[in-house]
Amino acid sequence: MPFIPHTEKDTREMLAAIGADSIEDLFDEIPAELRIDHLHEVPEALSEMEISRLMRERAAMDGSPLCFIGAGAYEHHIPTAVWDLATRGEFYSAYTPYQAEASQGTLQTIYEYQTMITELTGLDVSNASLYDGASGLAEAALMAVRANRRVKTGLVLLAPGVNPVYEHVAEAIAGSQGLTFEWLPVDATTGNVAFDQLPEGRNPVAVVMQQPTFPGTLEDVDRLTDWAHAEGAFAIGIANPMTLALLKAPGHWGGHGVDIACGEGQPLGVPLSSGGPYFGYMTCKQKHVRQMPGRIVGRTTDLDGNPGFALTLQAREQHIRRSKATSNICTNQGLMVTAATIYMSLLGVEGLAQVGRKSHENTTRLVEGLCTIDGIERLYAGPYFHEAALKLDRPVAPILKALADKNILGGFDLTNDAGTDALLVCATETKTAADVDACIAAFAEAMS
Amino acid sequence: MSELIFEKSRGGRRAFAQAPVESGSLSIPEKFLRDDKPRLPEASELQTVRHYTRLSQKNFSIDTQFYPLGSCTMKYNPRACNALALLPEFAGRHPLGPVSHGQGFLTCMYELQEMLKDVTGMKGVSLTPMAGAQGELAGVAMIKAFHDSRGDTERTEIICPDAAHGTNPATATMCGCVVKEIPTLADGDVDMEALKAVLGPKTAGIMLTNPSTLGVFERHIKLIADMVHDAGGLLYYDGANLNAILGKVRPGDMDFDVIHMNLHKTFSTPHGGGGPGSGAVGVNKRLLPFMPIPVVKKREVKGETIYDWAAEDDIPQSIGRLSGFMGNSGVLLRAYVYMRMLGRDGMERVAEYATLNANYLMARLRDAGFELAFPERRASHEFIVTLKHEAKEFHLTAMDVAKALLDKNFHAPTTYFPLLVPECLLIEPTETESKETLDNFVAAMIEIARAAREDGVDYKEAPYKMPVRRLDDVKAARELDLRHSPD
Repeated sequence: MPFIPHTEKDTREMLAAIGADSIEDLFDEIPAELRIDHLHEVPEALSEMEISRLMRERAAMDGSPLCFIGAGAYEHHIPTAVWDLATRGEFYSAYTPYQAEASQGTLQTIYEYQTMITELTGLDVSNASLYDGASGLAEAALMAVRANRRVKTGLVLLAPGVNPVYEHVAEAIAGSQGLTFEWLPVDATTGNVAFDQLPEGRNPVAVVMQQPTFPGTLEDVDRLTDWAHAEGAFAIGIANPMTLALLKAPGHWGGHGVDIACGEGQPLGVPLSSGGPYFGYMTCKQKHVRQMPGRIVGRTTDLDGNPGFALTLQAREQHIRRSKATSNICTNQGLMVTAATIYMSLLGVEGLAQVGRKSHENTTRLVEGLCTIDGIERLYAGPYFHEAALKLDRPVAPILKALADKNILGGFDLTNDAGTDALLVCATETKTAADVDACIAAFAEAMS
Repeated sequence: MSELIFEKSRGGRRAFAQAPVESGSLSIPEKFLRDDKPRLPEASELQTVRHYTRLSQKNFSIDTQFYPLGSCTMKYNPRACNALALLPEFAGRHPLGPVSHGQGFLTCMYELQEMLKDVTGMKGVSLTPMAGAQGELAGVAMIKAFHDSRGDTERTEIICPDAAHGTNPATATMCGCVVKEIPTLADGDVDMEALKAVLGPKTAGIMLTNPSTLGVFERHIKLIADMVHDAGGLLYYDGANLNAILGKVRPGDMDFDVIHMNLHKTFSTPHGGGGPGSGAVGVNKRLLPFMPIPVVKKREVKGETIYDWAAEDDIPQSIGRLSGFMGNSGVLLRAYVYMRMLGRDGMERVAEYATLNANYLMARLRDAGFELAFPERRASHEFIVTLKHEAKEFHLTAMDVAKALLDKNFHAPTTYFPLLVPECLLIEPTETESKETLDNFVAAMIEIARAAREDGVDYKEAPYKMPVRRLDDVKAARELDLRHSPD
């Protein structure tokens, strides 16, 4: 029996100890009319050899195309050691570290992670992760409502550069708690917030901004953070953590820094894997720590006075506070955080900066090459980091299809979001100059 | 504790093989760049590998210890599930890649949806929720959306038994609902009189776990379902304990309207030291229009089967998106491989042997003198021992036993949950443990109690053999130290 160790003798002896005649007897408290005889849709079992063959065939159907899509998930080189270590059984098959003495490995890893992510984001404290970047924004907005108590409007204003899916998700998760999400006006030239059209007197509880923005531009986050604070709102900053070896940390935006930073942790050593599992990071200023959702690890001492680690501030959480908890989150994305911690240790700040610079260089080569093609130009003026929006003189979908037929994923179709025929492209450090040039050539052919 | 990775850092040291070769300058204006340098570790590759290998060795895990943690289903996580989910094409697939480059992945997801419908008796499955608690949120949001769609907007009360997981009431609050808690009777079943008293025109629904967190099957479930439905409410099934009934009885047949499954419990994806999980939801017919998106659909194009996303256009009344893409896809792949390896018969064996192990362990502990919280009942896949007498007579608490077990190389059962049983241990052995392991665990429990009773051994300072002694939780919360600072 797969994964069940019982011999017939074991089963007989165990039933005798219970005083039951058969395993079936053990289900005698379930009303008979509810019982089913058999499942129908689940197929017969496959051996490991058979399922391996099937999965390899399925994987081959998906192939390994040359990918120039970003839009919130980024292909980066992941050092072999990252997942070799993270899938060690002691990390992989451990539970949440409630028994601290038997979980010091996981707990110390999270403490190191909390240190690294607060360093990158320039803030004081971090939790042990949320599910992903999008749901992280929902939690950040709810946290802002709890912490920014003077404001009762529940109004959250979003800069136009925030990932539109994040807004959908935040609305789905937090909408029933009296929060409303509204977009700030966009400057059509830059794609960034239109500072001369900012609303007055709306009394928002929080203002959310993203750097780099969803369409790849760089927002004047200093000015926007200061505006949020002048309006009495919390500033919530969404940042790609990979870029933070180079770009200004959210904790340093504007005169006082953002109050809460959150975002998608996937670029830090987590495979693309069709969208998950990733992890959402969240950091904040020290004074708001008691309003943070999710688990937090603290350093303390044991009976002998030696240092050790434990989950702390658990009175915020659902297993203690129940209906009055800061969030219902229980299981988080622990293993992804383990991987990210190892990734950051291996790369260091210099390595991370090199990943950023190389990605910037590759994207610049791609964008400049594509803009030499008739019918392709930049959608927005201004600098970009490792992703940029392009405007096409014709529908995007057929062009992307033509590239896909050549096993090149030419970018994310931005048409719906931009309201014009547009495309979002990204070339990370994983691409060679030859890869980039192949992409440019494929576009040139498809556009000709 | 081990030295922190930061304390091993030396300026200028790096794992040089792991970054791309140096490239040109950055054409980004100064005002966007940071002028400080974040302090990440500066260590060699070997130092990093050795550091995290050593840290891993300070953990208990399923791969190294028996882990009878009640309500958590710590069963063996087959290695093939991990290896096959991480095949390069799956691991490297961009979530926004076209379906032309995703038919393999989408086929697996579609088939997973179908298999989960079969084992739960539900009419539709959405795989997007990323953990049990998010599945709960999706479920309660669907219940609310259902009532709202009928103009029934006054239904804001969610009923939870007092034995419920903390996530149930926390979820109800997140969905803007009011929690009505009802008590449990001495035999472990729901107090029907109390239920009757709270049902009314404000009832949105009830959240139940069955078998409950008390380790027993709720025998009046049909009556409860009828009462709640008659009052206009819907039934939510918390799938935390689905392992106990796989292939034996289905939430859909018990008349539940919406359920979540913890794939990281029942379908053996790893807990990973706290996550990731996966909280797929199943719905009956009337909640189909409200499922969270995206789900995977199948369509025929010129005689060819194409798997594709069903999203806003297909499910316009959906409660919406709960994740940036489609949830914890890699976890879903692991669950898919697990289900295919077990097959139809293997699914049923899960419940059978999980239940056999729990009832055997319960009988052995009862015979050894431990008091059961519900001695007249069958165990489901878990059961509760209460140490209220041991605590009173010789100061042996549930916490003491938990810590003493660590020294005997067993992970502790769940302690002090459910809240209504004093000094309780909630014990769930799972089907993947052998009789020898269970016998060794019983021997350890007997010895711990005997030493306390006869030799006056005091476990207040246990454990002794772990990497650290008992930790000061009060200090951790009062003198917050949540990150390393070099000074």
